Amino acid sequence: MKNRSLVSIDDFSKEEILRILDLAGKFEIQPVGKLLEGKVIATLFFEPSTRTRLSFESAINRLGGKIVGFADSSISSVTKGETLFDTIKMVDSYADLIVIRHPFEGSARYASEIATVPVVNAGDGANQHPTQTLLDLYSVRKTQGSLDNLNIFMVGDLKYGRTVHSLLMAMAHWNTTFNFISPEELRLPDEFKLHLDSAGLKYYEHLDFSDIISRADIIYMTRVQKERFSDPIEYEKVKNVYVLRNSMLHNTKPNLRILHPLPRVNEIHPDVDNNPKAYYFQQALNGVFTRQAILCTLLDLNF
Amino acid sequence: MMKGGKQQLVVSAIENGTVIDHVPAKSLFKVIQILGLDHIDNQITFGTNLESKKLGQKAIIKISGRFFEDNDINRIALVAPEAKLNIIKDYAVVEKRVVRVPDHITAIAKCMNPKCITNLENVTTRFLVISKKNIALKCRYCEKITSEENLKII
Repeated sequence: MKNRSLVSIDDFSKEEILRILDLAGKFEIQPVGKLLEGKVIATLFFEPSTRTRLSFESAINRLGGKIVGFADSSISSVTKGETLFDTIKMVDSYADLIVIRHPFEGSARYASEIATVPVVNAGDGANQHPTQTLLDLYSVRKTQGSLDNLNIFMVGDLKYGRTVHSLLMAMAHWNTTFNFISPEELRLPDEFKLHLDSAGLKYYEHLDFSDIISRADIIYMTRVQKERFSDPIEYEKVKNVYVLRNSMLHNTKPNLRILHPLPRVNEIHPDVDNNPKAYYFQQALNGVFTRQAILCTLLDLNF
Repeated sequence: MMKGGKQQLVVSAIENGTVIDHVPAKSLFKVIQILGLDHIDNQITFGTNLESKKLGQKAIIKISGRFFEDNDINRIALVAPEAKLNIIKDYAVVEKRVVRVPDHITAIAKCMNPKCITNLENVTTRFLVISKKNIALKCRYCEKITSEENLKII
């Protein structure tokens, strides 16, 4: 995998995804190894994302790498009107790998064409956030023992939620059953249903999930944002339907785990936090192991 | 100029070159632009709003001394999918070719996503053609799909 970039989850085959998850598992057991010693990683955050940036920087630091970059484009040359092309051209000669987060959709693919070093997409607008998807997959596999034959509930904003879209595209490699629970206005776009149809996978759409929750292996919660609704009254009607509470978890499967890409607002009630089925904070920690594995894979470093 | 007594040639015949026929009248200038005909020195004649049973109103372009590669000519498929090419040598049609929608489209179409990098920085558009019958293009960058009804030629 020389000078290979990770821009979209589709860039990696099922086998390559599994290799990264296996490597992430090794980092979890043995977190410190100076594999990135002598390497410089650029972290270019053209829009602030504290969680993702800290996770990457923690992964780089744990591997002994050095970091150059910026956390907010308002303090960089971008405010002077520099194009993305020029920024990437310059950074390309300073770093061994570039991590980029940028508000424009497709910016990471474009950066990967300009750069000679590998590029990792840490989020390009509403398009892709593949390292989130890999850490989600890692969390699913770790809690369920396998990725095969799971029943996944995806809840909330299924129309605009990029984490949902990427995770379902990736989970389509395995024999997954999907239950999509969303308000009418935020239903999953047809292109993803067509993809599942062509993969021969079963999926069901619902407006509510309190009556079917006992079937779930994974509940993947996302935020339902008020600004997504054209009619504020519609938001008021549905806003409490997509909130998970501890009382709903009584008759659920023992292996059920609740995932959320974070940050949450009110869609998971704090009374769920102490339930052993709540997994979203461990999920965030898994991001560090997964990102360590991604960096080492793209730089072709073995241990 | 009369031919066979009845048919009238609206634009004059060429000795050597290419005749692009069955171009929808509304797409004439887009075809000229896509093929860069407005920047070459060859003699070009064209007619538009000509009667066509198939298209209603068609346009025809005759380019003297110029022959096209398939890759070049397929670029007009988005705006003139029915176009036919007559390759002329010594006033005779020596070959007829049809236009095929290519698998990839570069620098012709505009991505319909206003948040796409190609609409916000100076980036050449690139698409994968995911449907050729009802044209659907997947942007290489933002991965959004631009369908025929939203298609704009740059």
